[in-house]
Amino acid sequence: MATGIRDKVAILGMGCSRFGERWEASADDLMLEAFGEAVADAGIERDQIEAGWLGVFYQEQSTSKSGLPLSMALRLPNVPVTRVENLCATGTEALRGAAYAVAAGAVDIALAMGVEKLKDTGFGGLPERTKGTFEDQWQPGFTPPGAFAQLAAAYAARHGVPIDTLRRAMAHVSCKSHANALDHPKAHLRFPITTEQVLAAPTIAYPLGVLDCCGVSDGAACAIVTTPEIARRLGKRELVTIKALQLAPSNGVEMGHASWDGSHTLTTRIAAARAYREAGIRDPRAELDLIEVHDCFSITELVLMEDLGLSDAGRAPADILDGRYDRDGAIPCQSDGGLKCFGHPVGASGLRMSYEIYSQLLGRAGSRQLRTPALGLAQNLGGIPNRNVASVAIFGLAASH
Amino acid sequence: MSRGIAAWGAYLPRRRLVRAAAAEALAWRAPSGARARGERAYANWDEDSITLAVEAARDALGSRDRGAIDGVTLASTTLPFADRSNAGLVADALSLRDAVRTVDATGSQRAGTGALIDALASAPGRSTLVLAADRRATRAGSAEELAYGDGAAALLVADDGLAAEYLGSHSATAELVDHFRASDAAADYVLEERWVRTVGHLGLVPPAVATLLARLGLVAGDVRHFACPLPPASLRTVAKTIGCAEAAVVEPLDERCGHAGAAQPLLLLGAALERAAAGDLIVVVGFGQGVDVLALRATGAGARPARGVAGALAAGIADRAYVRFLAQSGALEMDWGLRAERDNRTAQSAYFRRHRDVTGFVGGRCRQCGTVQYPRAGSCVNPDCRALGAQDEVPLAGLAGTVKTFTEDWLAFTPSPPLAYGNVALAGGGNVFIEFCDVEPGELAVGAAVRFVFRIKDLDRLRDTRRYFWKATPVRH
Repeated sequence: MATGIRDKVAILGMGCSRFGERWEASADDLMLEAFGEAVADAGIERDQIEAGWLGVFYQEQSTSKSGLPLSMALRLPNVPVTRVENLCATGTEALRGAAYAVAAGAVDIALAMGVEKLKDTGFGGLPERTKGTFEDQWQPGFTPPGAFAQLAAAYAARHGVPIDTLRRAMAHVSCKSHANALDHPKAHLRFPITTEQVLAAPTIAYPLGVLDCCGVSDGAACAIVTTPEIARRLGKRELVTIKALQLAPSNGVEMGHASWDGSHTLTTRIAAARAYREAGIRDPRAELDLIEVHDCFSITELVLMEDLGLSDAGRAPADILDGRYDRDGAIPCQSDGGLKCFGHPVGASGLRMSYEIYSQLLGRAGSRQLRTPALGLAQNLGGIPNRNVASVAIFGLAASH
Repeated sequence: MSRGIAAWGAYLPRRRLVRAAAAEALAWRAPSGARARGERAYANWDEDSITLAVEAARDALGSRDRGAIDGVTLASTTLPFADRSNAGLVADALSLRDAVRTVDATGSQRAGTGALIDALASAPGRSTLVLAADRRATRAGSAEELAYGDGAAALLVADDGLAAEYLGSHSATAELVDHFRASDAAADYVLEERWVRTVGHLGLVPPAVATLLARLGLVAGDVRHFACPLPPASLRTVAKTIGCAEAAVVEPLDERCGHAGAAQPLLLLGAALERAAAGDLIVVVGFGQGVDVLALRATGAGARPARGVAGALAAGIADRAYVRFLAQSGALEMDWGLRAERDNRTAQSAYFRRHRDVTGFVGGRCRQCGTVQYPRAGSCVNPDCRALGAQDEVPLAGLAGTVKTFTEDWLAFTPSPPLAYGNVALAGGGNVFIEFCDVEPGELAVGAAVRFVFRIKDLDRLRDTRRYFWKATPVRH
């Protein structure tokens, strides 16, 4: 019976572009920026990469279809490049492809790149897209904030939390991420905000105000992966390995069946359970030193604390207000500012989260450095609460030799 | 064998523009308009003559077996399609059987009475749904804008279970052009009302009514309900000239909801049926380049609609937002931003594969576990079942729903912001992700009861067409 890829794949190097409104940069420029950092970090030559996975969501907006944009931007030596797309879990999906190739022994060194060039649409928010010839005929014309806002009403009803209390906890989520992003030079939104500002911000989709929403950013992030053995041969002393990489897509239950109550993300719970098993984690609350979650909206981060098993049912608002997920709390969440402030170039986000975990584990996080973290988790939620793809990746320091 | 009306129904859009509010907004150019009284019903952007007719038909049909209906005639001067069966779309929305004859009737304000006479005068044995609906386009600041209304009426013509028996009809055609609208024109061109009143209404209607009554061996004094869609200024004089008692005149709806064009005589007939006692004589008039007159006798039996004309009149909400009326009616072109540019081209082949599901709101029921689901799929959505294989069709439109999640989205494009949507639990299991309509901000709540209504889903401005689906609307008591 297969046991997963725990400790079979090591991260040789990572890179991340500056995120933000990169009016001067194309998708190619962003990929080159991230890749330059990663290849230097890995200490290898570009031509040692044997295969690539490119994650991009809005191909019609950012690049074009296929693996070609990566192969051509980096002028790779005609090695196989696969383009993957799995909504907002795209970046993690690219990493999964590269990691599985290494774990399978198909290649020694593989590249996972995620990129998104969102700020050429001419308007704020994410671009409009079609859902499919049949789905367009019946699904409502939702936006991401409107779709995620629904978690709030359902959560409040499910747990009997007054909406004002819930909104204060949601505001704390946003304030915390703004404070964290101040310490990351590559983050998109680097300014502090207050709870009062969040609550007074214009409503985008009830009950979400504009400061409950993450940034819409350009950016790229990438990882170069290999086996722990090769990484050591290449001179790496401290190694970050992949402990678990799990993915759970919806199968229609949330959108079509009465059993889902709309107050949580079903797939995250499934992906997390699998990831904890793959990583050998018994008590995530005690074992995880930091987490990066898909905080596209404040309410999303709030319900994810329960979906990941880190807060008891109905307790997330209180835990958040108690500072449990602040940078000096028990389980720091979004130490780099998260989607909220680091930014959310869709295809890059999973790899950006991995980049923060990797940086923290190796003690490279500068003024945001946490004290001796050894195990971190990155979670993505692609799509909307009733139709989505959840990914959970867990990284840790390999036992030193 | 007698023929007659077995059921009736009505629908008026929820919003009622307060005429005084509109007149106030227009006072800078027409100070005398401030005397405008009453309200007019106006359709939301997602309502047209097809959706209005569907809602009136649903009111008339209730839980009646729709398999017995042989034909649908949709009468309107504002049909959305010039060459695509409008009545056919209505039949699909009502999930009528395939073997149904669908006819569009148009061209004058008499389209509704004409269609009704055709159905009543046809050979026995056929059950025909006669629908009349108008969503009347008007120019900003015109008199018609305040006088007209949007609405629909439905009448089921059959042989049994009659609420009113058909006695006979008389029609006369007159090339009297009191108003007109070319096929491609945006709004009516209307002539002087004094001439129309004297030569048109008074000159044409009384003789036509007299002709029919004489042929039936009746006199004006026998008329208990005179359902006549003329403006109030003409109506009393016409009734007096004919010799109808004042109490027999069915209260004109002009002050309550405006004049709904081809639907108006049928709405008045519905109102007459709602107040008629067994044996009462009802006379219905249609006016438009001639006159249609019908006589019916109420039986005191037959099915009464859940809503009816009285219910439709009562279900309105006074609206003083004249600019919203202009935007919803299309008289004012709003800037909806870049998100409105999204292409909504319909893949017609994909639509035809699922037209019953989309237009009729038909879902699936798993043959293994019985779970109801939308859309119908080849594999059951119940996580404890997931059976592969075909599912039985199950109509969802009539089911009660409960709000599970919702939002009011100010970012998403809709001509009627905010776009409200969410997950709705269906009575008997199942869940549907759906748009809400006719919702006031702050009205939605988790657990609130909703029902489903047929609406325009998207306008395709690039190709001048539209597509339809169902929306959830609050149940109000």
